[in-house]
Amino acid sequence: MLRAVAGLRRPESGRIACDGRVWFDAHTGVDLPPEDRSVGLVFQEYALFPHMTVRANIAFGGRRRVDDLLERFRISHLADERPLAISGGERQRVALARAVAREPAVLLLDEPLAALDAHTRTVVRDELQDLLTELPIPALLVTHDFRDATALADRIGVILDGRLLQLGTAQELVARPANAFVATFTGGNLLTGQAQPLPGGGCEVRLESGQLIRSDESAEGRVGVAVYPWEVGVAHAAPPDGHLNALPGTIHGLAPEGGRIRLRIGDLTAECSPDEAARLALADGNRVYATFTPADTRLVP
Amino acid sequence: MASSHSPARRAGFTALLALCLGATLAFLAIPLVALFAEVPLGDVPGLLGDPAVRQTLEVTARTNAIANVLILAFGTPAAYFLATRHFPGRALVITLVELPLVLPPAVAGIGLLAAFGAGGLLGDDLARSGIVLPFTEWAVVLAVTFVASPFYIRQAITSFEGVDGVLTDAARTLGAGPSRTFLRVALPLAAGGLVAGWVLAFARGIGEFGATIVFAGNVRGETQTVTLAIYEQLESNFDIALAISILLVVLSGTVLLSYKLLSTWRRSSSTSPSPFARTGSSSA
Repeated sequence: MLRAVAGLRRPESGRIACDGRVWFDAHTGVDLPPEDRSVGLVFQEYALFPHMTVRANIAFGGRRRVDDLLERFRISHLADERPLAISGGERQRVALARAVAREPAVLLLDEPLAALDAHTRTVVRDELQDLLTELPIPALLVTHDFRDATALADRIGVILDGRLLQLGTAQELVARPANAFVATFTGGNLLTGQAQPLPGGGCEVRLESGQLIRSDESAEGRVGVAVYPWEVGVAHAAPPDGHLNALPGTIHGLAPEGGRIRLRIGDLTAECSPDEAARLALADGNRVYATFTPADTRLVP
Repeated sequence: MASSHSPARRAGFTALLALCLGATLAFLAIPLVALFAEVPLGDVPGLLGDPAVRQTLEVTARTNAIANVLILAFGTPAAYFLATRHFPGRALVITLVELPLVLPPAVAGIGLLAAFGAGGLLGDDLARSGIVLPFTEWAVVLAVTFVASPFYIRQAITSFEGVDGVLTDAARTLGAGPSRTFLRVALPLAAGGLVAGWVLAFARGIGEFGATIVFAGNVRGETQTVTLAIYEQLESNFDIALAISILLVVLSGTVLLSYKLLSTWRRSSSTSPSPFARTGSSSA
């Protein structure tokens, strides 16, 4: 998709315009070459020119503000290094500086964190977040990681097999996933079953495992039920409140993650605070109930 | 069987390899050593100072310089076109470009004569406009260009194909048009391979004999190059033939060695494959 916007690949149909200027239109035959479009593309492996210094790389697109950019991206000390001699995170900063040197109308980032190892990734993601906020240019970023998307993007479009499934803020995607793929991509648990509407509103879903759960949303026939880990509670006994959904299961894969405890109860992923995990004395192998309210379920096609 | 992996058999195999290497080295080295042994080295400068030898050196230098400029000037863009564009008949075009590699040089000479000679395909038209090529210095240039160009173009195509397409794409998105992308990105990244190809073409050009003698003849001071001079002096003055040969051995050795040093020095930034084995251990 980014290559199509940049003019490196010709789409079969459609129209690409930026700031009122048409770059591509299959209907009218307009197809500007890459150099005549105003894009700053940051390639996945950064594509820095190995035979040029960092300074020459940045100056390639626009030589006016090279010193400013070196300073702004905190790479002044690397100005005379070759790209092969610097680290992955540094390379990314050089690639970004090179892309914005031309003052493009749009910044395109192709999996900017994919080339980095897990440790560098978190650090670079934070840096990238700050930079994207500071830059007065719209950015289009492609990633396979929902956490990268939520950290870096204002709006997220979920694309599967070339089709846009849903476009919205991270909150909107989580609150109303358009379908099962968006629900799981955004980190939700997905249960499937047959829905039966209830007279007073909402419905009952007979899961494939045979258990019955309730949802405040209305549906009939085959549905997916999405529940997010932070909405799943853990209980040792089946709750007396008949309105709370409770699915029994064995705890496995219990591990701390980002200040929270993540665990699997049967097929469901749940999250709780370390305090609560300690209070309930949760451990792998325990038989417990995963609980969630009918209001927290989202039915997806 | 365990016996087939015994240390004795392994040592025997290594000895066999070493023996073959020794035979190869001896076969390749003996003629070179003989060249230096046959004529006192102190006499070589004097022999090369002979006016006849000086003339052939001048002809060789002049004709090869022009031929190499032609090969680089036309061959480089042509190779870039073939490396980056895909079109029907591309394989056929590349085969045609490579044909002089396998064509006997005498056949190349006859071909050039048939094309540019009197009564030839283009020869009469050229003659009418006052251009006569056969048996002139320009005939030497054409013969050298014809036989040596594929050595350069073939390697240049491979080198340009070795340049990562993402880098040329990056140049385009940074506002560089196709020509600036070629000059600033593709050319410097392919440079190592281009120099290697040029070294091969240069060496082939200096050694050119067959096509030249057929198309340009062996006229002293006009079309007689060093290899033709060796052939002529064989009968009359064997020492001069030896002296010229020693000069060519030194020249070939220097060219190959300087190329290898150059490629070691710039290996870090080059992405092109080399037709020669690396010297020293590689850290890349």
